[in-house]
Amino acid sequence: MNTNISQNASVHAVDPEHLDHAEIRTFGFWIYLMSDLVLFSVLFATYAVIGFNTAGGPAPKDIFDLPYLFLETMFLLISSFTFGLTIIALHNGKQKQVIAGLIITALLGLGFISMEINEFAGLIAEGAGPDRSGFLSAFFTLVGTHGTHVFFGLVWIFVMMGQVMKAGITEGIRSRMMRLSLFWHFLDIVWIGVFSFVYLMRLI
Amino acid sequence: MFGKLTLSDLPFDDPIIMGAVVSATLAGLIVLGLITYFKKWSYLWHEWLTSVDHKRIGVMYIVLGFIMLLRGFADAIMMRSQQALAAGASEGYLSPHHYDMIFGSHGTIMIIFAAMPFVVGLMNLVIPHQIGARDVAFPVLNSISFWLTAAGAGLIMISLGVGEFSNTGWSGLAPLFEKIYNPGVGVDYWMWAFQIAGVGSLLTAINFLVTIVKMRAPGMTFMKMPLFTWTTLTTNVLMILSFPVITGALFLLTLDRYLGMHFFTNELGGNMMMWNNLFWMWGHPEVYIVILPAFGIFSEVVATFSRKKLFGYVSLVWATAAIMILSFTVWLHHFFTMGNTVDVNIFFGIATMLIAIPTGVKIYDWLFTMYRGRISFKTPMYWTLGFLSIFVIGGMTGVLMAIPPADYVVHNSLFLIAHFHNMLIPGALFGYFAGLSYWFPKVFGFRLDEKWGKRAFWGWAIGFMVAFMPLYVLGFMGMPRRLEHYVNMAWQPWLIVAVFGALIIGAGVLAQIIQFYISIRDRKKNIDRTGDPWDGRTLEWMSSSPPPVYNFAVIPKVDDRDEWWAMKESGTAYKQPDEYHDIIMPKNVIRGPVIGGFVLVFGFAMVWDIWWLAIAGILGVITTVIIGSAHDDEEYVIPAAEVKRIEDERFKALALVNEEKKE
Repeated sequence: MNTNISQNASVHAVDPEHLDHAEIRTFGFWIYLMSDLVLFSVLFATYAVIGFNTAGGPAPKDIFDLPYLFLETMFLLISSFTFGLTIIALHNGKQKQVIAGLIITALLGLGFISMEINEFAGLIAEGAGPDRSGFLSAFFTLVGTHGTHVFFGLVWIFVMMGQVMKAGITEGIRSRMMRLSLFWHFLDIVWIGVFSFVYLMRLI
Repeated sequence: MFGKLTLSDLPFDDPIIMGAVVSATLAGLIVLGLITYFKKWSYLWHEWLTSVDHKRIGVMYIVLGFIMLLRGFADAIMMRSQQALAAGASEGYLSPHHYDMIFGSHGTIMIIFAAMPFVVGLMNLVIPHQIGARDVAFPVLNSISFWLTAAGAGLIMISLGVGEFSNTGWSGLAPLFEKIYNPGVGVDYWMWAFQIAGVGSLLTAINFLVTIVKMRAPGMTFMKMPLFTWTTLTTNVLMILSFPVITGALFLLTLDRYLGMHFFTNELGGNMMMWNNLFWMWGHPEVYIVILPAFGIFSEVVATFSRKKLFGYVSLVWATAAIMILSFTVWLHHFFTMGNTVDVNIFFGIATMLIAIPTGVKIYDWLFTMYRGRISFKTPMYWTLGFLSIFVIGGMTGVLMAIPPADYVVHNSLFLIAHFHNMLIPGALFGYFAGLSYWFPKVFGFRLDEKWGKRAFWGWAIGFMVAFMPLYVLGFMGMPRRLEHYVNMAWQPWLIVAVFGALIIGAGVLAQIIQFYISIRDRKKNIDRTGDPWDGRTLEWMSSSPPPVYNFAVIPKVDDRDEWWAMKESGTAYKQPDEYHDIIMPKNVIRGPVIGGFVLVFGFAMVWDIWWLAIAGILGVITTVIIGSAHDDEEYVIPAAEVKRIEDERFKALALVNEEKKE
């Protein structure tokens, strides 16, 4: 009775009423992303409410370094572009290109994360850590939550790399890669918000 | 090695807590012993704990909800009896700190661990069935959601015996819950249990939203969905939009407490009122999250037991949608006294009053459904009628408090306590009980005992009135909530009446337990062999009771709002199809209980600062998810021949019932 089904293609031949998993999963993932966006909006709102409470500590103009941030932003934006190329390779069924694309994307993502950690470490060393003021708490939490998302995106990229190397491009992997792609681009969009709202607007 | 945890954290010195711990542990050991004695571990593990069948998961949710309801009810009895005793010279039997923990755990448990599991359990039991689907969109995720909720409940049960619970109420009090005022583990228990269960609820909402949007049977347009499906859909939208807010708020509090940040603190740029805003931006929609599905249940019950089409289906759908949207525009009425400008208070006051309009529409729709119907007074109908009569009182006191100046008078008084219990007990709980007795035969194949069901109803309804009407009076007399002791002797008589009310509710609860016992004992008498014990109207009554794992051998095509009723009318019901196909169903997976276990370990370790264990717990979760993500073959085929065998049996049983009817 328990026969395994490994290929989606054969599923519809067996059970004509079976629904398309890939489509349902993508839709579900969109809904998850929207709920994640609500989480980010809580953090944005928090920054709007207490972001000016510097409590005598450092203010944005004392600690934000725009050229540094521009470079950091470029890392993330270009990684989104390379991920786009990876998805094209995925659709063409080119296993090696997919892996290469994932490696480049991961390196760019690592570059972004390292720059962020470096920024945070510098601030904490200067005595501008998250426990210094309401402003810094909100700043570290919003930027850090985005960074944590990028970190988990990187873990996911490495997991997919392993799966593609081991199993090639199967239906399941294709579906997961599409969701990873959504996630990665989503983080890009959130970062644009962070960059404009947290950094730029406070320096103008 | 064990963080802050030492032997002195076990409350050996408090006989009341130790009594509770010992009796809870004993009850647990008896259950475990019985399972071992009857050698049911393997059955339990394979058929229930690792099951991804939505019906099984639904039952587990409801069992969890009912157990936690009993725990929350025990808290309620303790508070009522303390307040009845502790007047003037008498101190009562609870210490102030203990009393503070009890009102916090009562609220947290009732909302997060009784109401939520109960309502999610009913969604699980009914939704796939009602929309003509074989399972939910993400069966494994469904199992994980349940186990996250169970892990949260586990954490709160552990807090009973190891350490303490939060003394800042279920909604948290900024900045009292900050580390400098509350260095103990109580707030941490509350925070982590709440957080873990909240994530579980969010995942459930995503799951059911996708299920309803994507998996309805062919022909079932949105405006042909049964009302319970509609209210569940709107509830899921509310959950998806509001639960991330509480996740975020609790996360900020975590950072405050663990990393010394300043979100809700009183110094260095924190903002205490931001907590209240964030909490109630989730908290108010949460009220509707637990009530709207109950409204859906009342709609189903009223139509079925009046043997009439639901009156004003379209207006009910629009009223539900209106409540969904309005529920996001009223959160500030929980703290009119914050000191907002008049304009702000007026906006939120008017928005609050507006909610009474769609709710009133619903009440009239239900009344008109009954009008000229052939009402059969079964237990679900009792709960529904009780709801209609009692809920309206709560609605009116709500509109009263929506007026900001009036709210200033009764804010944080027992009037408020009476009001929201008057919404939630009839509005949510009576609905769940109606749903429980309505759908119980579908899940287990036999009806619940009517006599004890009605006794339970009277216990709850009369008990509610006796317990809570005095609280309205006490609110007007100026008695604040959460008092462990008072000197105004004029309050005492009313509080003594209230404790009797709580005891009458207790009799109702006892009647429910007896009802389960009697019903299981006499299950042969109440057996349901047709699958349609109430002459129902919607698709869930099409299958056998209990239904086969795949729900529908052939997915029905829907043309009517009351599709099953229409099929019975046109004579197309109970017809066996000519042929069957293979059916693909999800296999059981162990990821749910495994992840739940790791999360429980993580939560406990975080509460007690056992960092190595917390890291191990979170790594366990991540590893389980990664390993699980590579599994693409978690489905199995039920061959057409097997489906035919199961269905043949069903139709044979049906034929037998029909013959008996003719004789």
